[in-house]
Amino acid sequence: MEKKLVLESIFAPSEDVVAREIQGEFLIIPITSGIAESDEEIFTLNETARVVWNNLDGKRTLRALIDKLSVEFDSPAAEIENEVCGFTEELLKRKMLIEVKRG
Amino acid sequence: MSQSAYVSRQVISKAGFREGTKPLLSRLDIELTERCNNNCLHCYINLPQDDLEAKNKELSTDEIKNILKEAVSLGCLTVRFTGGEPLLRADFEELYLFARRLGLKVLLFTNATLITGHLAELFFRIPPLEKIEVSVYGMKKTSYEAVTRAPGSFEAAFRGINLLLEKHIPFVVKGALLPSNKVEIGEFENWAVTSIGMDNPPSYAMFFDLRCRRETKKNELIKSLRVSSEEGLKVLIREQDKYLKGMREFCSKFARPGGDLLFTCGAGCDGGCVDAYGNFQACMMLRHPRTVYDLKNGSLRDGLTNFFPVMREMRTDSREYLIRCACCFLKGLCEQCPAKSWMEYGTIDTPVKYLCEIAHSQARFLGLLNDGEKAWEIRDWKERIGKFMGKKAYS
Repeated sequence: MEKKLVLESIFAPSEDVVAREIQGEFLIIPITSGIAESDEEIFTLNETARVVWNNLDGKRTLRALIDKLSVEFDSPAAEIENEVCGFTEELLKRKMLIEVKRG
Repeated sequence: MSQSAYVSRQVISKAGFREGTKPLLSRLDIELTERCNNNCLHCYINLPQDDLEAKNKELSTDEIKNILKEAVSLGCLTVRFTGGEPLLRADFEELYLFARRLGLKVLLFTNATLITGHLAELFFRIPPLEKIEVSVYGMKKTSYEAVTRAPGSFEAAFRGINLLLEKHIPFVVKGALLPSNKVEIGEFENWAVTSIGMDNPPSYAMFFDLRCRRETKKNELIKSLRVSSEEGLKVLIREQDKYLKGMREFCSKFARPGGDLLFTCGAGCDGGCVDAYGNFQACMMLRHPRTVYDLKNGSLRDGLTNFFPVMREMRTDSREYLIRCACCFLKGLCEQCPAKSWMEYGTIDTPVKYLCEIAHSQARFLGLLNDGEKAWEIRDWKERIGKFMGKKAYS
C-alpha cells in the first residue's frame, strides 16, 4: 500500500534532474539513470505542475505551499491540495523529488 | 510509468525542437580536439595525437565550460562532442559531467578505442541521453588497421564496443567504405543488426570530404579512396524501395535551382560548430576565413544573431557557378555548398565536379536525366520531377 503524503513534509527537486525552460516549454532532464524509461527520454511539465515545481523549494511544507497557492489562485484549499499531492506523489515515484529532513 | 496529467515523456530528436518552437541555438557541435589516436586514410581532420602545437592551441577546460553555459542560456538542448577523437582530452569526463549537469544531452562521436570500464560505468550512471555514435573501419584486424594505420586499434575498438554492450549503453555504429573493407559490407551490417541491435542498417561514409584545413598531399590520397559515382550509386540503391521513397520525399522538398544565393541549407540558423581553437562555424566543414567567427572575441549570441545571418545572404558572381549550379534543379540532391567548395578548391562558390557527377548519376537512375544531359540545361525539370513523384507536374 502506498504511503500517504504528510502535509507537514518538505520536498525539493532531486539533484538527479535539471529543470530547464526553453521557448516556453518546461523540461525536466534526467541526469542519472533510472529516472526515464528509455535512455533518451526527457519530461515536460504542464502548467499546474510547473507552478508546484517552482514552489517546492526545500523549505516550505506542503501545507504552507497549499495555503500559498490557494491564496494566489483564489481556489479552495481542498482543490489545491488535490493537485499538489497528486503531483508530488507522481514526482516522488519518478525520483524527481526528494523529501527534505528537518534539521 | 504511464503518461500523467502533470508530466509528459518526450524524446526530442537530434534535430532538436519542433518546428516553430526553436530557440536561438538548439544544437551545438564542439570539436574538442583535432587530434586522434587513429591515423585514418580518409579522415578530413585528424592530427597526430601527440601534436603538441595543436594541443597547446586547443580551448581550455574553462573556455569550453563557458561556451557550454552560454549555449544553455540560448536554449541549446544537445551538444555534440566530436573531434578528432574527443576521448583524447584529459578533461573529457569533467566536460561531459559539466554538460550533463547543465541539462544538456550529449551526443558523442568516437572510435571507441579509448572507452574504458570507468567511462562505460559513467555513461551507465549518467546517460548521455543521445545514442553514442561509433565509427567502425573493418570487421577484421587487417582491414580495420589498413584504414586506421594504428597498430592495436582493432582490439581497442572492439574492447570499447563490448564495454558499451555490457553496460547496455545505447549506441550506433557507422562505417566508411574503403578498399580494405569493401568486401565486408554484408558482415558489417549483419553484425550491426544482430550484435549491436541497431534498428536500421548502418550508414557509410564513401564520398569522402577532403581535408578541412586544405592539405594538397593528403587530399590526393583521399581522392584516390573515393568511390566513383556509379560505384556509390550501387551502394545507395541496395535497398531500392527505401532509396526511391526517400528520394521522392527529398525531391518534393528540395529539387529546384538555388540561384545565386550560396547558402541554401540551414547552416548557422539555430546551430553551429565550435572548432578546437574557439572558432564558431555555421557548419562543421566550412572553415573559409570569411565564414568563421572568432568566439574568443565574441559570443555565440553575436555569432548567431549578427554574423551568420549576414553570411547567409552571400551571393556569388562566379560565372561558372551561375551557369551551372545556380540553374541546376539537382542543387538539393547534389551536396554542392560553400563548405564543399572550400574543401575542394579553397573558394566558396566553385562547382565541385565530383559532387556533380554523383548527383547526375543518381538523377539518371531516377529517370530525371537521360544519358549525356546536363541538369543545369534542363528547362522542363518540373515536369520530370512531377513524373518521378507520380504526378502530372511539380509545383
